Amino acid sequence: MRCVVATSNVKVLGKAVHSLSRIGDELYFEPLSSGLALRCVNSSRSAYGCFLFTPLFFQHYDSGAPPGGLEDSGFRCKMGMKSVQTVFKSLSSLDKTVEKCEIDLNPGGNRLVFQLHCKYGITKTHNLSFQESESLQPVFQKDGYANVLRAQPRLLADTVVHFPPSLEEVNVTVSGERVQFRNHLEDEQDASKMMLTEMSLDADEFESFQVREETGITFCLKELRGLLSFAESSGLPLSMYFDQPGRPVVFGLDDPVLEVNFVLATLSDEETTTHRERNRSRPPQADTSHDDFLSDDMDSYMIAMETSAVGGAEAQPCSTGSDQRRERESDTAACSTRSDHRREREPVTAACSSGSKQQRGRESESEEEEEEELPGTPPQKRFRSLFFGSVLSPYSQGANQTLRNQEVLAEASDSDPEEQEEETAKK
Amino acid sequence: MRFRAKMIDIGCFNHFTRVVNTISKLTKTCTLRLTTDKLYFILSDKVANGGVSMWCELSQGNFFDEFQLEGVSTEHNEIYMDLAAENLFRALKTAHNAKSLKIKLTNKHCPCITLAVELPSLSRVSRVVTHDIPVGVIPKKLWNDFKEPSVPDFDVSIYLPPLKTMKNVVERMKNLSNFLVLEANLNGEMNLKIETDLVSVTTHFKDLGNPSWGDNGSQDSTQDRDPETMMDVKVDIRKLLQFLAGQQVNPSKVICNIVNKRIVHFILLHEDVSLQYFIPAHA
Repeated sequence: MRCVVATSNVKVLGKAVHSLSRIGDELYFEPLSSGLALRCVNSSRSAYGCFLFTPLFFQHYDSGAPPGGLEDSGFRCKMGMKSVQTVFKSLSSLDKTVEKCEIDLNPGGNRLVFQLHCKYGITKTHNLSFQESESLQPVFQKDGYANVLRAQPRLLADTVVHFPPSLEEVNVTVSGERVQFRNHLEDEQDASKMMLTEMSLDADEFESFQVREETGITFCLKELRGLLSFAESSGLPLSMYFDQPGRPVVFGLDDPVLEVNFVLATLSDEETTTHRERNRSRPPQADTSHDDFLSDDMDSYMIAMETSAVGGAEAQPCSTGSDQRRERESDTAACSTRSDHRREREPVTAACSSGSKQQRGRESESEEEEEEELPGTPPQKRFRSLFFGSVLSPYSQGANQTLRNQEVLAEASDSDPEEQEEETAKK
Repeated sequence: MRFRAKMIDIGCFNHFTRVVNTISKLTKTCTLRLTTDKLYFILSDKVANGGVSMWCELSQGNFFDEFQLEGVSTEHNEIYMDLAAENLFRALKTAHNAKSLKIKLTNKHCPCITLAVELPSLSRVSRVVTHDIPVGVIPKKLWNDFKEPSVPDFDVSIYLPPLKTMKNVVERMKNLSNFLVLEANLNGEMNLKIETDLVSVTTHFKDLGNPSWGDNGSQDSTQDRDPETMMDVKVDIRKLLQFLAGQQVNPSKVICNIVNKRIVHFILLHEDVSLQYFIPAHA
């Protein structure tokens, strides 16, 4: 296995690594006949990124596969992300000083050697240790999605800048001619304390705006930012594929020499619906061009405040948090659904899996195995591994039974042969 | 109760953003008071703040092109609310190339200040970003807590040295001690002193100039005193540093009034924005 990357492409390779580092701690390295695949997945398996560099990207590319082009070399490994990042540490100096980057498997077969040939006769050699690993193969079809948006990455970057860097999750809603980005509130966060930001873009700003299903999805913004910075520097148009909530959203960049795909899990229906109920009191923003006083009416609020003050209770919305909560509860109906939602949180895992079964409608297995462990399970991480199956708590991840019953989007290729047969039968 | 305002000038945005940035660095939450011709950012001297208080006043006419206010009642045509200045700053920060900025008081899931920023876009329809910042409306009966502080009966009034220089000095001193003594006299001299068991450090500033307060009563009483006498106040160094480091607006002059052993009062004036900051002496 040997690849040689020339001058400016070394920086691209470095950027790809940095971009994947936003997702997880391990870089999966797989030389295929179709090109070199660098992949990464996050610990909860709800985000996946892949950079596929075709042979054209390289000055020299030998995947180590037997000649004939029909089989792959079978060599695949994973390395610590930090180690690979160290190789491509300073991107600006990569550009200026590196003439060539060679990636080889060392003769002993136990180290992946990254050799940077720089100016002035300097050679930097990094011997990285690796672990043989399973192939990370996500199963997704870009053709199957109802909604496809394509735009210059600058557009998305300009949108995302309005949201705080700490923002975890963003909600994207499309309808007809507009798309709206909104920050998504976690259940635990108090809506009366959080600043809500919303940005809407017109369809005209996109290179392509195909919306067959008016829908809204919520996904983690943090993991996407890595792709956005790569996309901006590449200047390639970024495509976004999505439809129902629960189904992962795919972001892609396409180029003759490079194919990039980022797949992110989205919140399922149950979680997004209750959030929408909570937000019902927020009037739609589409008509900000009109000057309407509908949402400006503070009088009813003032009346409510004065009457509670008259009633003896010290209505001081500015002082303690508990008072504020009392104030809110006397307000609109939207607030009460919030407390309901909190109660729903415990059994949501059970609801989710049965709900998701309906959505997918393919499982024939019984639900018993999941329900055994689900009631009473503490609320899972927000993005249940919608990606690699439904609810996967840390201790059930090893439970192959749970996996069998759900649609696995990306499977470990070294799983049991019987399971594999079942998976293939289901596809 | 209604409030709507619109800003369209880029220079105004930037200036307003800088003011809000300064406020956000001085305090997490503050009270915003709106009247028909002014905006006030107020921090009243509660124990929670360590007795520090702040009063910042801007003329709305210098910033907004449209400004409509309907207060709690006709006799009291004002609105007081609590908000997190940082949120306001974050919302304004990304509006630097906006076509227009509208600010409204709204009642969505709770009372909010809504900022609607119209940004240039690639298509004929502008991009709109809206930020809903939750606020706490303060009832009229509590308005007395937020009265304008009067200028104290100071013993010495002096202009500060360049804030940046002073900030650098205080920053280094912070590593050595928690308290700093600020002293000044009527001869334009100021000293910043810290003292610990191991070390004492003093930085001297000269030729700073003393502002004249005209008919101010305290001015007369100080005239009898020897201009060399130093009046001092011992303050929490972090509070002083917060004030110095937070300045995003570069004022031409900053006045410092000291009431011997009691309180230090800073006044900044810059293009019709005035900011006053009080730090009490450490007990």
